[in-house]
Amino acid sequence: MLFKKPQVAFYPFMVLRDDYKCIRCKSCVDQCSFGATYYDEDLDKIMNHNENCVNCKRCEAFCPTDAIKVVKNPSTFHPDANWTEEAIRDVHVQALTGAVILTSTGNDKPIRNYFDHLLLDACQVTNPPIDPLREPMELKTFIGRKKDNLEFEDDGVSIKTTIGKQLELEIPVMFSAMSYGSINLNFQKAMARAAKEFGTYWNTGEGGLHKSLRQYKDCTIVQVASGRFGVDLDYLETSAAIEIKIGQGAKPGIGGHLPGEKVTEGIAETRMIPVGSDAISPAPHHDIYSIEDLRQLIYALKEATRYEKPVFVKIAAVHNVAAIACGIAHAGADAIVIDGVRGGTGATPKALRDHVGIPIELAIAAVDDRLRKEGLRNEVSLIAAGGFRNAVDVLKAIALGADAIYIGTAAKIAVGCTQCQQCHTGKCAWGITTNDPKLAKRLNPDIAAENLYNLLRAWAHDIKELLGAMGINAIESIKGNRLRLRSWGLTEQENKILGVLPAGM
Amino acid sequence: MEVKQISEKVYEITCGTVHYKALNEKIKELADNGAEKIILKEVYGQRYIGTGIKQKIKIEIHGTAGNDLGIFLYGPEIEVFGNAQDGVGNTMREGKIIVRGHAGDVCGYGMRGGKVYIEGDVGYRVGIHMKGYKNLVPTFIVGGKAGNFFGEYMAGGRLILLGLNRKSGEDIVGDYCATGMHGGVMYVRGEVPQRFLGKEVKVFEITEEDEKILREELKGFSEAFNIPVEEIMSEPFTKIVPVSARPYGRMYAHRWGIASGIIK
Repeated sequence: MLFKKPQVAFYPFMVLRDDYKCIRCKSCVDQCSFGATYYDEDLDKIMNHNENCVNCKRCEAFCPTDAIKVVKNPSTFHPDANWTEEAIRDVHVQALTGAVILTSTGNDKPIRNYFDHLLLDACQVTNPPIDPLREPMELKTFIGRKKDNLEFEDDGVSIKTTIGKQLELEIPVMFSAMSYGSINLNFQKAMARAAKEFGTYWNTGEGGLHKSLRQYKDCTIVQVASGRFGVDLDYLETSAAIEIKIGQGAKPGIGGHLPGEKVTEGIAETRMIPVGSDAISPAPHHDIYSIEDLRQLIYALKEATRYEKPVFVKIAAVHNVAAIACGIAHAGADAIVIDGVRGGTGATPKALRDHVGIPIELAIAAVDDRLRKEGLRNEVSLIAAGGFRNAVDVLKAIALGADAIYIGTAAKIAVGCTQCQQCHTGKCAWGITTNDPKLAKRLNPDIAAENLYNLLRAWAHDIKELLGAMGINAIESIKGNRLRLRSWGLTEQENKILGVLPAGM
Repeated sequence: MEVKQISEKVYEITCGTVHYKALNEKIKELADNGAEKIILKEVYGQRYIGTGIKQKIKIEIHGTAGNDLGIFLYGPEIEVFGNAQDGVGNTMREGKIIVRGHAGDVCGYGMRGGKVYIEGDVGYRVGIHMKGYKNLVPTFIVGGKAGNFFGEYMAGGRLILLGLNRKSGEDIVGDYCATGMHGGVMYVRGEVPQRFLGKEVKVFEITEEDEKILREELKGFSEAFNIPVEEIMSEPFTKIVPVSARPYGRMYAHRWGIASGIIK
């Protein structure tokens, strides 16, 4: 028998503290929500439980004398390309617990990021670039079903064609679905406020809409998932659009499970379940086993809201995503949301997060191609999600064929997240993915809203600069315009799927 | 579709083969203009009847109600003289649905309030994921028998199965009854063999408190179908409740950080 459990003996991270600089203010002890540091009165020293450290860096940020550095444990396992540190650790955990390893955030494996293998075009001599600081540049995007052509009145000017409800975005970036429960109200409030101020949308996720957020109705997308938490007629009506969640990139094919201890009074009320009871989302919607059934739910939502709300359908990017997306378009959805393999989550089995699904870049290209071939592309908007890191990723995705992008992880990082993969524990030291009142208070919704607004503003400028360099003055003109992309370091097959030429051609 | 005004606030619509969109639009329009009762004749499977209306109107359906009858229902009282199809009372919140016949699969899915009474049998996965919160308690009563996965993932509310008028040898419920149940209560008239039940539940005899609840709940059912409560209560009931509000504890472990590993 081991003297110590392997997780305790071979911890992954450690807190280095410069005892000379440390003034015993104990702010690190106070800030650590994982119990990784404590004050020893007899020694008058701050000590560590390194085995509890998750590298969230909260203590580092709060140390007034810069005495702390959180580092990777220099003591490594024996170097082995097969039996990596991760593989060994996972066996240790499962041998001791007999349990499924739960984790959060997005896939952290080095799956090829195709955005990093795509390059944008620019104008030289033969056509002029545009300076976005002094010339008009339009990022306005409309999400919703469009008509194939326009019909005009007899005067030849007035438009006869009418189209259904559209969402109007000032930037083709929206905040992705993150439920109240997986994150707290402060973060939802910040997203709602930033979305309203900037002219975009935020998404409630599947946990219902808290009454304090109903004022943001016009920039809210409400989600209907298999658990149907918080779903009633009021909820459906308090929205700009409704999203049916079939799947999520970080956990395709499985449901959700909010543990009972996280179901506090506010969450219970919003989800309409008892306090302390597990919130289980079934893997499928049990009223959807086919495309025809999906159509039935889409039209149920349209009937319930008197055809006033666009209905989105969100799926994970899986192997035959193009065929499924076509089915969704046929089923009557106004927008298809595709979440790629790098999409984040508040809790998922590690095996699913890291090994199920396909990269969003390939999914966008495949779906856009297929919808065009079937003559359906106009009928439905395409929203991509799953690990978008910056404005360039956004623009490349739009050039591949997406209409708009959802960001979740980037929004989380904008308000302080350090990606320590502990969302599922409910102990988030940065106060983002926790509903512990003491911890949640750490996220100031005013500052967070400002951060999110700034992020959108910066990305909008970036996109405008890039468009200007390409000589394009409206985001609409780059949509699906893969001629303005080139690839490097990809195989012929990959280029074919992406529909791009290699650099130099 | 033919609309006839019977009296000041009562309308009759002969539906025939009209598309559900036109029919529901008409019903909503009449409800918005103050109709109190709408009688639908010759209903041939039109879907979503009763959804999107907040007025407490009465809707009578003669014929066969289509899928998702009363989905997201929020007030209306619906009575079907005939059979209903799949998804009766799907994600319903308030109101009442009475079906004088059989109903199909996934009825009462995610139901969080109101009452549904089915006179005959129901299909698979009925009453799954029903919820309850404080004074919002849904009740779903099945007069006949039920298919597989009855009350799966049930999280709240009351699901009552009577099994009246069964042929001898017919089972009252199918396999995997109450699997994953973690809230609410299920009452079954007679006994449910253990082999039909999920491992997350326990079976009890009903207490006095339960009998009071049952009598109260059965009153509406008894009135709707003209079956005396005493007759229904003449056989003993079984009560099925979850063992835990957390059926899947000890299933998951942390990757690192919390040294004990397991998530309790």
